[in-house]
Amino acid sequence: MKLPQGQGQGPLFASPDCEQARKALRSRPRAMVPKVMTAAEAVTRFVADGDYLASGGFGGDRIATAPLHEIVRQKKQGLSLAGHTATHDFQILCAGNQTGRGKLLAKVDIAYVIGLEARGLSPHGRRVMESGEVEACEWTNYTLALRFKAAADGVPFTIARTMLGTDTFMHSAAKAIRCPFTGQVVAALPALWPDVAVIHVHEADPLGNCRIRGTSVADYDLARAAKKVIVTCERLIPEDEIRRDPTHTVIPFFCVDAVCEVPFGSYPGNMPYEYFSDEEHLKQWLDAERDPAGHLRFLEHYVFGARDFAEYLERCGGLRRLQELRRQEVFP
Amino acid sequence: MSSFTPIELMICAAAGLLEDGSTVVVGTGAPCAAAMLAQRTTTQRMTLFFEAGGVGPQLPRMPISVGDSRTFYRAVMATSMADIMATCQRGVIDYTFLGGAQIDRYGNLNSTLIGGTYEKPKVRLPGSGGANDLGSLCWRIMVMTQHDPRRFVEKVDFITTPGYLTGPGAREAAGLPEGTGPYKVITDLAVLGYDDETKRMQVESLHPGVTLADVQAKTGFELLAREPLSTTLPPTAEQLEILRTEVDPHRYVLGRA
Repeated sequence: MKLPQGQGQGPLFASPDCEQARKALRSRPRAMVPKVMTAAEAVTRFVADGDYLASGGFGGDRIATAPLHEIVRQKKQGLSLAGHTATHDFQILCAGNQTGRGKLLAKVDIAYVIGLEARGLSPHGRRVMESGEVEACEWTNYTLALRFKAAADGVPFTIARTMLGTDTFMHSAAKAIRCPFTGQVVAALPALWPDVAVIHVHEADPLGNCRIRGTSVADYDLARAAKKVIVTCERLIPEDEIRRDPTHTVIPFFCVDAVCEVPFGSYPGNMPYEYFSDEEHLKQWLDAERDPAGHLRFLEHYVFGARDFAEYLERCGGLRRLQELRRQEVFP
Repeated sequence: MSSFTPIELMICAAAGLLEDGSTVVVGTGAPCAAAMLAQRTTTQRMTLFFEAGGVGPQLPRMPISVGDSRTFYRAVMATSMADIMATCQRGVIDYTFLGGAQIDRYGNLNSTLIGGTYEKPKVRLPGSGGANDLGSLCWRIMVMTQHDPRRFVEKVDFITTPGYLTGPGAREAAGLPEGTGPYKVITDLAVLGYDDETKRMQVESLHPGVTLADVQAKTGFELLAREPLSTTLPPTAEQLEILRTEVDPHRYVLGRA
């Protein structure tokens, strides 16, 4: 039967081969051992130039800011990114493009980039994406989430009834197929196994068993799909506490390669039940991007020249500011 | 009758279109204000969904991100993005609100790029986010936007999110769920809908003091008009009071226009 439309013409940035993925996952250490380390060490050990990276949370909500800064500071090069509502996380990674530090981002699967939702568009994100130096492929929030889900399920593709008939579809790497049972047209979506994911959670034990409160966005599947996972947590908790109530474990230890305790680790993003986003700092960041020279000075102060995430927090107002954001979260 | 601004009229008109007992996926900004206003007036039993996973929140104030913690404040469930989208795909979500830089006569939306080529666009915009999914899978798509010929164009530069695509039957032929599609467009000049036969955008009611010629002059394609054309009901005093004091006291949306 003829299909009513063309096929997605976009590039596939990661192989959907489930046999390859099984072999990679088979060789990953999964002994039940502690894996606590700093974000800097985790990024040095688990993020390689040319890797396909995925960032957990929702752009500016429950994001793993510390390893993202560290990826920029360590000048990782030629990364691919899964941009599912990539807002502030994308803004951080873009600091490694067109700032005299080579080219951090080389390829982006785009569901949503550049924008910071109601806050506006990132001028530097636009400069990077309009320059043509980053190869792009279009997707949607649901289809990227489903690509992680297919990978988490260990199958080469999954299907959905979205994207069909649009330019988004034509610039994606999806294919229209007919359902073998009903003949209906559906979009086939290739599984996506990122090389590495960075995910911020509320609590983790030293082995990497994680608890997330509030919305999980796509992190249940992302943690299972990624070949390496760096977890940052608000608080380290004992293994006993995990075992006392295993219903709350969202990510199990065998999906985690590094556990980094980073209090306020989603700052300047929101962390549900902990602290709200720092809208003043995010506005300052957006404003700084208007002028490339001013943007460089801004990045030098807050990212390139900060020793670590704790120093970044101090430069952003430290405990006083964090206490205010905690108040905004708890008493909205 | 009290005085009101164009954005207040748009929010109240949108709120009036929502049904009690229904389900709606909303974003930030004016659509969220419309849904919050509706819940406080005519649709107490309507459930709000947010694409990052919030279900049935009692919003304490307007969210700034469709994933921030206010989207599941005192909610009935905090789930995943895929669960929300799957709920749309199962046919359980009645309404969604979408936006875009451009819209055409069939309600196709562009939020991806303006001008240039795909590889090197003149202006790169965020892309679909969840818009394509919601616009593909929810029953009725609503759009709130300023009426401007640069937005209402003959041909969008990129179809990010499907409207009726090329016309009657095109959504179903492409594989999208039957009976879904664009429903209303609420602008600062009029409320528009779509002709059942042709699926083309048509003016349904004009805001007080606006003529059909005014609307056509600000639209880059030929509009149809429903007969008879009505006048959009102005906001009630109760709607304005609740909108100003409860929904958006900090004037995040009301102050922008």
